[in-house]
This record gives sequence, structure tokens and C-alpha cells, in this order.
Amino acid sequence: MNIINIEHIAKIYEVGLEKVHALSDVSLRIDKNEYVAIMGPSGSGKSTLMNMLGCLDTPTSGIYDFKGESVSTMSDNDLARIRNREIGFVFQTFNLLPRSDALHNVELPLVYAGMPYTERRERARQALIDVGLEERITHKPNELSGGQRQRVAVARALVTQPAIILADEPTGNLDSKTGEEIMGLFHELHQKGNTIILVTHEEYIAEHALRIIRLRDGLVEKDERVESRHTPNVKFAAE
Amino acid sequence: MRHFLFELKEGLLIALRAIRANKIRSALTMLGIFIGITVVVLMSTAIKGIDNSFQKGISALGTDVLYIDKWAWFTNEEWWRLRNRKNIDIADFERFKELAKLPLAVAPVTNSRQTIKYQDRRVESVFLNGSNSDYVKTTNFTFDQGRFYSEIESNASRQVVVLGSEISKNLFPRGDALDKTIKVGGANYKVIGVLTEQGSTVLGPFNPDNQVFVPIGTIFKNYISHNRGTITINVRAQNPGMIEETKAEAIGVMRKVRGLKYFEENDFTVNQQEALMEQYNSVVGVIQIAGLFITGLSLFVGAIGIMNIMFVSVRERTREIGIRKAIGAKRRTILAQFLLESSTICLVGGIAGLIAAVLLSMVVNQFLPTSVQIDAVIIALAVALITGVLSGLAPAYMAAKLDPVESLRYE
Repeated sequence: MNIINIEHIAKIYEVGLEKVHALSDVSLRIDKNEYVAIMGPSGSGKSTLMNMLGCLDTPTSGIYDFKGESVSTMSDNDLARIRNREIGFVFQTFNLLPRSDALHNVELPLVYAGMPYTERRERARQALIDVGLEERITHKPNELSGGQRQRVAVARALVTQPAIILADEPTGNLDSKTGEEIMGLFHELHQKGNTIILVTHEEYIAEHALRIIRLRDGLVEKDERVESRHTPNVKFAAE
Repeated sequence: MRHFLFELKEGLLIALRAIRANKIRSALTMLGIFIGITVVVLMSTAIKGIDNSFQKGISALGTDVLYIDKWAWFTNEEWWRLRNRKNIDIADFERFKELAKLPLAVAPVTNSRQTIKYQDRRVESVFLNGSNSDYVKTTNFTFDQGRFYSEIESNASRQVVVLGSEISKNLFPRGDALDKTIKVGGANYKVIGVLTEQGSTVLGPFNPDNQVFVPIGTIFKNYISHNRGTITINVRAQNPGMIEETKAEAIGVMRKVRGLKYFEENDFTVNQQEALMEQYNSVVGVIQIAGLFITGLSLFVGAIGIMNIMFVSVRERTREIGIRKAIGAKRRTILAQFLLESSTICLVGGIAGLIAAVLLSMVVNQFLPTSVQIDAVIIALAVALITGVLSGLAPAYMAAKLDPVESLRYE
């Protein structure tokens, strides 16, 4: 089933009098349960594409359909709804609320979805258990290690059961061992049927995916299916 | 509606989290509103209290009483013109009483200031009111002990005295004033009555509580001679509705008593509480406006403080706003979050200020009358809330329209 359908989208920023083509002409489709890595050097437009895919930004021209809904013409409120229900973000810098504990961080998307207190607390708790953090539920981000923080972020991304998980350099701030653990977590999520889009500039991270899209100068340079180099048997129980 | 309540509740919880997370900053911001609300409420209760006290005091004097006097209470006339008027004397009063048909009661009044002593207790410079037995009919006096002096005592200028409640308290703390003999400026007087408290501390010496009452003849006999000084004629109308007719008659009768020709101006003034009230109201009105304006300024400064803090807070939490937006917060959710935060700060500060004001007014009440009004409470809370919303509006709007991509990049 087709989740994302992008046709000829472009994004042009005006910096002073100059026009910068962050994305020139990109078309791609992503189906359910795909594991896609978007790669490219800095300035290739991969961040812009990620913002586009994550409905944080709308294209200057072109068509973007998300599960059949036209995102390109959506209002701010509808974009917020799509982000809330359909997209789970995992950022390089974790982006957790620093003064709230893990449970509240994970619960927050459900607050915005309008879910009643007891139900959402239970689901947030379950999501934290699913990523192996049952011991850290009431800890604040500064009381957690980098890997644990990223797992809180993954739990937050998962808790709304979104259509896609969008991870932007999820291992960029982690040491390689912890990075591998997080990638193992993504692998498992993919096995469970989630759709994952990974934005990275590191080959060995991208190798976990089953499809690699390479961008250069705002264009798709290469879009290929690959064999996953996933590392089995990675344990990610609480450290 | 349920959805709205849900958002309100969640927004409040988030606001409370933010306030708790920045305790010192929130507390300092609240302090601004706290002080503002405290002084505004205190000011308004003080004004109201003085006003109540004045109204009570003035009604103890009777709203239906005219005071015929050489002097005018309020006038544009030059002072020396009034001074050159002929004094009003007892003979004038007798003639007036004979001719005036409408009044319920008429009494001549003269004053003196004397020191009063009983054993080793003394009160300096007491307002001594001399009149006749009809004087009590021109007032609304009630008695704690004893009675007013009789017509016989008055006509015979007996050395008897009626004490105001304050004077009695000072001289006879145990309340056993009746039948004691006190010294008033050297002359002995027997206490025959004590008034109950009449009301007002704002009237000062004009408050009956601080006066003593003696037959007018004893004042002439002991302190001032007949031909020095002037007296006031107190005239009480049969009811407040009759006051204008009574006043018209009084002027006519008085002109006759004074033998004025038709072209001559009145050489007396008919004073009325109404004039006192008008004067009072205009003065208090100015004090009220000035007071509330000045104290309102401090509230305004508090509001600016909140707005400033909220702007700083939005800037500082740009990234947080980005995160919230990325995971699905709508514009109005962010707007509500910041509005609720500033409103909560203001409301909490306002409630604390209100409590402080009530406590302080209890303290102040020992010296000055105050009166906390329920409407002042409601207005104070409403003002605090409105201040919160208004001062939060601009920062909240700024937060709501932040671009999620840029705010996520913000360091």
C-alpha cells in the first residue's frame, strides 16, 4: 500500500534577492512497511526533503499525497493533525522536553491527540516498556544516557502508532555501540510492520535499510533496493 | 464544549508545569502583580471605609437639619464680608422660634473648647456644645446611660453635662460615669447622660463621640459672655421631604428677625449637610481617582513585567515550541499554553495580593476605617486575570506563529 506519493516537488527559499533551490524536482513513492534511507552530502536537500515528508513544511510546487490526502494544500492545523497522528519523529538531538520526565515526554503526542488521561498514561508507559525503559519512566532527560534519551524519543514516536517513523540522523549524537543498539531497535520496529524513513549521511547507518535514496543538488541521484546489513541479536534491555 | 474543556485542562497542566519549572522567575513575576493588586485593593477598601464612616457620621447628624449661621460652610464670598455680618444671638433665636411654624425642633448652639478632668484623668481641648433641651430633638442621639438635660435644667443653666462615648471611655474606663462630678475648664458639672457611639472617626471634633453637651447658659456664664461670639440655630424639618419648604420659611423668618429690607442681602447663611456632602463627594472623588490611578500604575508596571518575562520565555523556549509543534500541537494549542501560563501567574499573584490586602486592611482598621467589599474582590481578580491575558497575548501570539522547522533548529 502506498503511503507517500511525491511528484515533482520543489522547494525554493528566497534569501535576499537570490532564490535557492533546496529541492529542484523530486518524485518518489514509499509503500507500507518499507525501510528507506535518504542519503546525501550536506546541501543536497535531504533535510528539506525530510521536513517536507514530515509535514513540517510544504513544497513550493509539486504534489505531495500522504495516504491519499493532499498535503501540499493543507492548512497549518491539518498539518499539525497529520504530524500528530501519522508521523513519529526521531531527531538527532533527541528533542525531548528537558524539564519533563520520560513518561510525560512520551505522553505528550497523545495529549495533543485528545486522549483521556488514564488511557494515554497507560499507552505511554507501555511504549516505554517496549523500548526497554521500564526502569526509567519517571526520569528526566538529564538523568538518562544518550541512548536512553533516544529510546524515549523512539517511544514518543511510536506511541501514536503512526503510519511512518521519520528518523533524522538518529545515531548522530551517540557512540557507535549505542548507535548500533538504536539501529537494532529500528530493525525490530520494521520487522513488526512499521514504515521507517531514515535520513543520514553515514553509509554504515544507511546499510541497515532495504532501500537507499541518494540525493544530490536537490535531485534524486539514485534510488535502489539493497540487502540489509542488520546486526541480529542486539540486546537493548535497560542499561 | 467537551473538547474545549479538555484543551483547557491540558493547557492548564502544561502551564503549571512551566511555572513550577521556573519557580524563582514565576515568583518574581507574581510579585509584580501581587504588589499591584495589594495596593489597589487596599486603596479601594480604605476609600470605601472612610466613605462608609463619613456617611454614618453624617447621618448621625441628621440629614434633615438646617444650620442657620453667620458663617457659611462653603462659599465664594470673601471672608471679611462674612465677618462683618452681625452676630446671631439668643434674642434672634427666641424670635425665630416664635415665628417659624414648620420645624420639628429648633435649638441654639454655641461652642467652646475646654479641658475636661476627672480625678487624675484629663482630655484636652474638648468640643463643648452648649444648647437647650430641644437640641436632642435635632439629632438622632441614642443614650448608653442616663438622659439629655431637661427644659428646666436648660432654662436654669444647671451645671449638668452629657458625654460623648469617646470622652466617657477616656474619663471613665469602667463605664461608671453617671452622677460623677467632672471639671470642665474649671467649672464643676454633674454627668447626667452618656451617648452611645454615634459613628464616625473621620469627622474629628465634629463627631459627637468626641463632644460633651451642656446647657447653653452655662457656656455664657462660665466661658464666654453673651455679647461675644455668635450662635448657630439648628432647625430640624419634620421629615427630609420637608427640608426645602422649611429652608424657605427659615430664610423668610430670619430676614424678618434681622430686620432686613427687601433690597438687602441675607446677613446669615442656611447651611445644610447636602452642601457638606457635595463638597465631600467632590474631594473624595478626586482622591479616589488619583489614588486608583497611582496604584493602578503599579499594577500596570507589574503587567509590563509579565509581558517582558513571557517574551523572554517564548524566546528561550523556542525549541520546546518547535518540538511541541512537530509532535502535533496546533497554533491555538501553543497560544492557549502561553496565555494560560501568564493568566495563571497573574491570578495566583492576584489571589495572594488579595489575601495580603485583606490582612493588611485588618491592621489598618486599627487606625483608619476600612471596608473590604465583595465587589472589590471580584474586580481585583478580574483585573488580575485580564492583566494576565493582555500581557500574555502578544508573546503567546509570537509563540503560536513560530515556524516549526526554524524553531527546531534554534539553539
